[in-house]
Amino acid sequence: MKRRRLRGLRPRLVVAFGLVAGVAAATTGALTFREARIGVLQQSQDAVIGQLRARLSERAPELPYPPGESALRQFATDVSAADASGSWRVLVTYRELSASSVPGDRFPELTPAVRTAVASSRATVFQRVNEGGRPTLVVGMSVTFGDPDGSRLASGVRVFLVVPQTTEQASVDALVSAVERAMVPALGLAVVLALFAARGVLVPVRALRQATRRMAEGRLDTRLDVNGADELAELSHAFNETAAELETSVAELREMEARARRFAADVSHELRTPLAAMSAVTDVLDEDAARLAPDTATAVRLISEETVKLTRLVDDLMEISRFDAGAAVLHLDEIDLAESIRRTLAARGWSDTVDTRLPPPDAARGRVDPRRLDVVVANLVGNALKHGGTPVRVRLDVHGSGERAAVIEVRDSGPGIPDDVLPHVFERFYKSDTARSRSEGSGLGLAITAENVRIHGGTVRAANHPAGGAVFTVELPLQRHEVTEEQPS
Amino acid sequence: MPRVLLIEDDRAVREGVALALRRQNHDVAAASTGEEGLEQLRSFRPDIVVLDLMLPGMPGLDVCRAIRALDQALPIIMATARGDEVDIVIGLEAGADDYVVKPVTARVLDARIRAVLRRSGGVPAGEGLPKINTYGELTVDRAGLTVRLGDEPIALAPSELRLLLTLSASPGQVFSRQQLLEAVWEHDFHGDARLVDACVKRLRTKMSEPPRAPRYIHTVRGFGYRFAAP
Repeated sequence: MKRRRLRGLRPRLVVAFGLVAGVAAATTGALTFREARIGVLQQSQDAVIGQLRARLSERAPELPYPPGESALRQFATDVSAADASGSWRVLVTYRELSASSVPGDRFPELTPAVRTAVASSRATVFQRVNEGGRPTLVVGMSVTFGDPDGSRLASGVRVFLVVPQTTEQASVDALVSAVERAMVPALGLAVVLALFAARGVLVPVRALRQATRRMAEGRLDTRLDVNGADELAELSHAFNETAAELETSVAELREMEARARRFAADVSHELRTPLAAMSAVTDVLDEDAARLAPDTATAVRLISEETVKLTRLVDDLMEISRFDAGAAVLHLDEIDLAESIRRTLAARGWSDTVDTRLPPPDAARGRVDPRRLDVVVANLVGNALKHGGTPVRVRLDVHGSGERAAVIEVRDSGPGIPDDVLPHVFERFYKSDTARSRSEGSGLGLAITAENVRIHGGTVRAANHPAGGAVFTVELPLQRHEVTEEQPS
Repeated sequence: MPRVLLIEDDRAVREGVALALRRQNHDVAAASTGEEGLEQLRSFRPDIVVLDLMLPGMPGLDVCRAIRALDQALPIIMATARGDEVDIVIGLEAGADDYVVKPVTARVLDARIRAVLRRSGGVPAGEGLPKINTYGELTVDRAGLTVRLGDEPIALAPSELRLLLTLSASPGQVFSRQQLLEAVWEHDFHGDARLVDACVKRLRTKMSEPPRAPRYIHTVRGFGYRFAAP
């Protein structure tokens, strides 16, 4: 969850803005710092060298030549006095003699490289040294004699000056901290801007996400408000168009499906009136067939038999149509389920062909629709007798104590149901093979059974028993909280 | 020979049913509209009416009410289309004794007609009972097949009479709807229990029972009905 949040658009934008702002501020700061530092140091260095040169030009002529040690010391002190703050330390050497402005000073900043450079060149040599954390400028130059012909002669007197540059360093430090201080608000500002930018993107994206979710939930009338004319607005617009098209085609499909179902219901309905006339006279045909010529009798009996089957088929079609239309109604009544099963079998003359294992009277009472339960049991047992084989066993058990459920099991002794057929047995007009021919029913029996169980909130499943034969198991909840039909009191 | 008045708008169904019923030894008169049927009611004097609920012109339910207004005791069997759930309940409350769902075979229709006609006759149970029972204000004459509330006779349809006779024969005993369906309507166990409920409702109205606290016919929730003498 946390990792997913970090991968969101908002943190990514914030990080990107922050990085851009940080890199920009750091680059600008670094360049500024470098230029400013060089400027400050160069300026102070030029000033020091200029001042030293002026002092030497002024004082060098007073130096006796060749100088003695005390003259050198005097000269060093003299030169160092050029700086009013007294921070100059001066070393003067002549051949092996050397003298400093501060007695006993060993000049650790003075590197041999500077000494060599001053010895070999007449130019001014300088070096910046960072000795013990303190930045220091070391300047070295030779004192020369000027000749009337313009050439210069080295006097052999060399002057080294050591000046601390703490003030300059302080200026540079101040600059660095100023850059650092500027970076914090710059970064903060970048984050705020990033959040604003993220908001501008995220609000439409979030709206899009919610709208998509609503569409997935089936609310196809979902539309987005389109603001502005950017890419996100175009996306919202495209979403709205897609949603509208989806809504239209889904509505068309539903309409087509409803029309197909209505058509099936209408056809069944229209078939019923001629069938009502035909059904009324089948008994007359059956009775009189015996007195007719053999061919006519056969034809008449055929018509009578097929009228009965057609009636059954139309009845089943009507029943399925009502389930499809959601018009099937439960008429709940509290009955003894064992008694109901016994009566179902007795009414069809199956009491002797079917083995029953039923609980004692009133042990399995529950609120069900008696007519629908009759249909369920009759269809399953009828199916078992036709396709399975005797003995057919019917069992009723009651499971649970609080939320009780009745479990009705119908098992036959036939070859069982092939595995590839098993998932389809409750489908309408499903015929597994030629052996299960048309004469065995409407082809809707098990589909109607399944619907009747489902409307009770129960389940029905088909399986093969390990010991052979197909097993149909119905589970019906016996206590239901909602009362579908109010009983008159 | 039972005299059957058949009111059915479809010519084929009317002729087929009439032919089949005549073969079952009924004296049949057929009408194609409700108005025609009500006319024949006076001239033909039927023992029972078989009434299609879907009629052009005057609706079947109105015909049913009109027949009841003329004759409380004339048995009526409704013929309905399967799935017209609401019509069945309204029809039963309008006073029909039973119903069949079309298409129906002649044998089934004949059995229903004879079962309804039997209700107008004999006593269903209680051979050892006295001929006349009095329960509070209610007087049931099992021989003369009349019921009086106080001094007023109550005109009952055959199903209502038989239901009252069955229940009052064993006061205090609870009858399930299935028992009553078998005893009064001669339906099987899985018949439509709404027949019982609608008939009890009509009976209570005719007996002027207070709607919330019936005195004679009590509902036993989850089981059925019980007759009690107040």
